[in-house]
Amino acid sequence: MNFIEVYNQQTISTESIPVLQYQDFYDEVLELSKNENVHCVNYFAYPHGTEKQLICCLADDSSGTIKLLSWKCRDLTASFLSLSAKNNAFHIFEREIHENFGIHFEGHPWLKPLRYAWNRLNTGNTIANYPFFGIESEELHEVGVGPIHAGIIEPGHFRFICNGEQIQHLEIQLGFQHRGVEELFRVKDKMNQRIALSECIAGDTATGHASAFAWLWESLCCIETPAHLEWQRTMAMDIERLAMHTGDLAAICTDVAYQLGNAVLGRLRTPMVNFFQEWCGNRLGKSLIRPCESFYPFTPELRDRLFTIFSSYEPDYREMWERMKTLPSFLARLEKTGVLNRERVLQIGAVGMAARMAGLKRDIRATHPFGLYKTMKHIPVIKNHGDVYSRTQIRNEEIIQSVAYLKNWLENIPEYIPMDKPDAKPCPSSFGISLTEGWRGEICHCAVTDRDGKLIAYKIKDPSMHNWMALALAVRNNEISDFPIINKSFNLSYCGFDL
Amino acid sequence: MLKELKILIHQGSQYIRDVRSVEVPGIYKGRPVITTVACDENALAGLCPTGAITLSPFCLDLGKCLFCGACAFQSPDKIKFTKDYHLSVNRRDDLMIREGSDTLLTLDSSVVRTELRKMFTGSFKLRQVSAAGDNSAELELNATGNVQFDAGRFGFEFVASPRHADALVITGPISENMAEPLGICYRDTPSPKAIILCGTDAISGGIFQGSPALNREFLDKHPVDLYIPGNPPHPLTFINGILNLIGRN
Repeated sequence: MNFIEVYNQQTISTESIPVLQYQDFYDEVLELSKNENVHCVNYFAYPHGTEKQLICCLADDSSGTIKLLSWKCRDLTASFLSLSAKNNAFHIFEREIHENFGIHFEGHPWLKPLRYAWNRLNTGNTIANYPFFGIESEELHEVGVGPIHAGIIEPGHFRFICNGEQIQHLEIQLGFQHRGVEELFRVKDKMNQRIALSECIAGDTATGHASAFAWLWESLCCIETPAHLEWQRTMAMDIERLAMHTGDLAAICTDVAYQLGNAVLGRLRTPMVNFFQEWCGNRLGKSLIRPCESFYPFTPELRDRLFTIFSSYEPDYREMWERMKTLPSFLARLEKTGVLNRERVLQIGAVGMAARMAGLKRDIRATHPFGLYKTMKHIPVIKNHGDVYSRTQIRNEEIIQSVAYLKNWLENIPEYIPMDKPDAKPCPSSFGISLTEGWRGEICHCAVTDRDGKLIAYKIKDPSMHNWMALALAVRNNEISDFPIINKSFNLSYCGFDL
Repeated sequence: MLKELKILIHQGSQYIRDVRSVEVPGIYKGRPVITTVACDENALAGLCPTGAITLSPFCLDLGKCLFCGACAFQSPDKIKFTKDYHLSVNRRDDLMIREGSDTLLTLDSSVVRTELRKMFTGSFKLRQVSAAGDNSAELELNATGNVQFDAGRFGFEFVASPRHADALVITGPISENMAEPLGICYRDTPSPKAIILCGTDAISGGIFQGSPALNREFLDKHPVDLYIPGNPPHPLTFINGILNLIGRN
């Protein structure tokens, strides 16, 4: 076999991952990816002695497995055929590998710097001299926005090429948020440091990333996750989904100048984040998730509180949504705005809401379930128009779905039994992978350990890695004045991308 | 229109009347109190993810603290996080919480620059710069403007351009890649101008301290007017800090 299959949250010996000659690796990856149920969830390089080992992880949605295969690069001066030239979904991974390790991918359509990591190979490339695409024409003009934006938002630079008011092309330059997170995972080797890091990968997805880390860590240590922790993490991720979706709907209202919707939905986010505070003392759920243990076991009092919160949240939320969706002035701004069709979504390998908006059923909760999703059949919310309204509708329906799930889970809280040895060590010479579906979409964490069980690589993929390209393509042929609403309807992470 | 009015009525009154003394729900982790009880202090210091705990005397640096609660969970007799959200100070050293003391944190008025209170008490415009912030402090700063916290009623709000601003509110540990844009933003803000560090990441680098991807030289060059600890800071911590800075009661 040219690949080995594992399940979500499974750890295997690194040696059991087949190492192929590059040509065989290239052929196999392209062949496997022809099936639209197979998509790349991570493809990364790490130093292995004097060579670089590259591991590719392809999730198979029909079998619920992840196919792993690898190759080794011994000669950095050599050139390797680019997967992206044949399958564009690999473009972002090859760009990263090229930037950090200098491996050249021949025929890559867009082999530009990705995030200007501090440990990039060519420090002559700096964020101030990014090679933007340009078009020489007297009819066109460029609009540059950022890195600092006109609101309380993370930094990134957007360069538009416009014909009058119409956007022809958008190039998104990121990297401003780079903090060196992956390297810090290796260097800061205390558990409390690593879990804190995972909560700060993207603070708006604190429980999504922290859960991905916690499950990966337990899997690396060959520890079965206790039932209460499985329950707690799934609960936390859905409360986070509820809070963020509600806040996003409020922001969408802001961008179409619908003040009532903004005020009502903005305040409806508060009971959700305040519930996190009641549970763990932090409104964004930081410090709630810990591998093998919990400082904050869920109590019957918290259960009653959450039921009470839902009983007032639900009618107020529904009343607002029912009103919004009947307003022609609201719908006119959302429908047919920022469209990306199924073909494009597949082409760039979009995940999460950015895939489900255009009829592509990508949802880790259904295909590679984790936590409580393992015990149920999750039906992903799918829309087909790929416009701002589809992305808005997905949020609405996922809010209703999450409330129903949460209420159901509250009926059956597993008892918290502290573990005997919560400070176990990771298995030596191993590879582990953990996938979760955060509110934005698919999160993937991978870890590789050395002979002593120490981390030699920790690789994080936020859904935004795939989805920024979706935003860049969705704005084409739209009025530049619609950019804010299109951007908000994706609401991607800068720091999750920049790491 | 009637439907809108109905929705409005269903919201009831949402705003927090007294942002100075309202009690926050749940087990909010605010200003810690450290007792003189004997415990394995080395173990506690070793537990801390950011090295916020130093020994002899036992001291917790709120400028480094992630408020994860690991120390309080390990030694509840030694460290207790109270629900006091008044955490902002204007002298870095005041963030050092020492054992055996239970003093409230507030600004030292003698250190506040006179022009800030002379010019900004009635209207204070803030330009937020996320310098590798993780979007948690940013979410909380956005929340200060919602109908519950309603910071606008106190005359301070966030503006789009540094040229309209009286202060920079910096979140995040300041990455190398944001160092130059931050410097440009500061340069383009008219004087007098204040610098406010919002969140543990901004104050000390937080969990990112020591990362080679950071460049915090900006803070060596410019004096800081307000430190607002938290991971992220609670909207009430922020609002009270600003009110104290501009001298508004």
